Amino acid sequence: MFRKTLPVIAVLIVLSVIMAACGGVETVTVVETVIVEKEVPAAAVETEIFDRVLARGKVVCGGRTDLTGFGYLDADGNNIGFDIDLCRAVAAAVFGDPNAIEVVPLTAADRGPSLQTAEVDLLSRNVTWTASRDSQWGNFTTVMFYDGQGFMISKASGITSTDEFDGATVCVTTGTTTEQNLADFFRQNGMTYEAVSFEETAAVYSAYEEGRCDITTSDKSQLASVRSGFAAPDDHIILDITISKEPLTPAVPHGDDVWFDIVKMVMYGLVNAEELGVTQANVEEMKSSENINTLRLLGQEGDWGYTDLGLDATALAQAISAVGNYGEIYNRYMGPEGIAFTLPRGPNDLWSNGGLIYAPPVK
Amino acid sequence: MAATEVVQETKRPPQPPGLLKWIRDNLFSSWGNTLLTIVLLPITVFILFSSIRWMFVGADWRVVTQFPLLYTVGQYPRDEIWRVGIGLSLIIFMLGASWGKWGGLLRSISIAFSIVFGVFALLPVQHPELDLGMRLYLGANVLLILVGYWIGRIQYLKGGHIVIGWSITPILAILFLSGFENSSTLPAVGTTLWGGLLVTFLLAAGGIVLSFPIGIALALGRRSSLPVVSAFSTIFIEAIRGVPLITILFMFSIILALFLPSESRIDRLVRSLMAVTFFSAAYSAENVRGGLQAVPHGQIEAAKAVGMSNFQTMLFITMPQALRAVLPAIVGQFISLFKDTTLVVIVGINDFLGIGRSIINSDPEFMQLQVEVYLFIAVVYWIFCYLMSLASRRLEAAMGVSSRL
Repeated sequence: MFRKTLPVIAVLIVLSVIMAACGGVETVTVVETVIVEKEVPAAAVETEIFDRVLARGKVVCGGRTDLTGFGYLDADGNNIGFDIDLCRAVAAAVFGDPNAIEVVPLTAADRGPSLQTAEVDLLSRNVTWTASRDSQWGNFTTVMFYDGQGFMISKASGITSTDEFDGATVCVTTGTTTEQNLADFFRQNGMTYEAVSFEETAAVYSAYEEGRCDITTSDKSQLASVRSGFAAPDDHIILDITISKEPLTPAVPHGDDVWFDIVKMVMYGLVNAEELGVTQANVEEMKSSENINTLRLLGQEGDWGYTDLGLDATALAQAISAVGNYGEIYNRYMGPEGIAFTLPRGPNDLWSNGGLIYAPPVK
Repeated sequence: MAATEVVQETKRPPQPPGLLKWIRDNLFSSWGNTLLTIVLLPITVFILFSSIRWMFVGADWRVVTQFPLLYTVGQYPRDEIWRVGIGLSLIIFMLGASWGKWGGLLRSISIAFSIVFGVFALLPVQHPELDLGMRLYLGANVLLILVGYWIGRIQYLKGGHIVIGWSITPILAILFLSGFENSSTLPAVGTTLWGGLLVTFLLAAGGIVLSFPIGIALALGRRSSLPVVSAFSTIFIEAIRGVPLITILFMFSIILALFLPSESRIDRLVRSLMAVTFFSAAYSAENVRGGLQAVPHGQIEAAKAVGMSNFQTMLFITMPQALRAVLPAIVGQFISLFKDTTLVVIVGINDFLGIGRSIINSDPEFMQLQVEVYLFIAVVYWIFCYLMSLASRRLEAAMGVSSRL
């Protein structure tokens, strides 16, 4: 009998010791957490993320591997795309090496937590900048791509404008804001529609191309991408109307202002380079340009804040010679000769050409 | 001349007498059967014909044939690909050695692997990724199996040595794959670059190997007379069985990251492996517990009567009988684990299925070819699952599961 109760007693003793220990520690933990809470913002104002990047020797970017044009794979498994090149630009500015990056593929659900926990240094994954994400996830740098939800219609459906949308069938992905925007648009205009929804984006467009829907809706960049893959792209029209604002913006974790500034400076630098005509090919000769703004951008004339942030004076020159200026990155993937698809620049043209892309001057 | 004709005449086999009879007996035996045959035969022929025509004429298999390395190793750097090769070769060698030692099922597996490697090494097609070096490597693996077999035949090599080899091999392979920081010969390759079949096998094999002992421990724990141990085991098993694998994957991949401080972050792939392991362990535990309950109590009493300790009784009497009884259920669990690993796509890991999705999205043209990609992936999964169930049947036969219990 005693042999049987012995283990029970032993376990009870161990448990009570643990509980006593916990009870004793409890007050201490409370004190500790208070200290920790005070320390976190104090430490975070410093260069926590930037230090980590320097120590690691590479920039960890949250990206994707399955979105044509923005973040996808080439035949050898290398990460390529518009978003990836922005990440490479930052790595080139910091280390002089555009390959000093690690791309962590993130799903839609992963994006927020990966920033909140600072698992990634830079989120460059086709993320729409919204007020709630800005307050909860991290710091959004500057809009690098103005996207917006649009409609694609097949010529065969006979529809030519949104006035004729009433009663149409629409192919759409389920469970996304796309679906919500679609519903809002039809309700506001007092029209009805029949949704044909799919989980997989590829399935949505297959159904659309097979003629199961008159209309399909998504972000315009995606519509352009999908249309270029159709057997007969000219049978489909992307309407001019845009029903939502999708400012795609790279973001950094909260707390490290220096890192935030560095990423912004690189993004602005890419835009300014296009404005000043500095390209990947001519960046070296532009270092002896007569334009004072070009010299400032490339770090040839005075220090305009680069070294304050802990970068080389030629950081932006390194970034531009690695990936090119904003326009070159855009055209590489989405220009007339783009390797992914062709999308007219539209709002993503420079402000001086009637677009929305604008960067503060280097002064 | 005439003589040979006569010989041919006599040698001509008679019409198979069974065929017409078989058709009459099975397809036209009654009015109902005749009607069914008449209705279903054209449909079957039509489906078969159009599927075959689609496979050879309609389908565009570029999406499958162009990217063999992407499908197998994902984004693993192409300059470092030899390290995956070494890891694979180590396992292949151990397989050969086990064949030499134990034969049986391992013999069939080794021969199957040799045939697959040999076929790919000699495949008469031009392919940029199937160059001479790759062909030589594949051919060398066939030799390696044979060398392993020959070494395994050596008399003084005991089964224990091979077991030790098997426990070192995966660790060596993983070290080769991940490399070391600041090393020039083996630079570190982050797990974010691992992908394709490599990750699928890693998750499945890791999940199976790790979850099985945990499952046994949990099964024993649940039957334990110690209330704390049994309560812990029961809560663990029921909590995990009560939620789908997706929830556990999200839990490990996202929520765990929010809890842990950023210094003690666990690698993403390891997090997924943990989720898969715990999930599978809970199910294995219940399978094993079923087996434990099937062992008659008299067996345990008899073991006690001859003076065996609790531990010895468990190791030599209860467990062997219990595991033999539930072998089919356990293999079924492992097959389902292998398929379940595809769910890691939703936490951003490019396993075999995830890489397929990335390939579909790597070019707008490929979006039209998703059927080909998914069909290929499904066939590969089916092949491996079928092999596992085949292996399980052979193992059951060898252990006499159905006949002797």
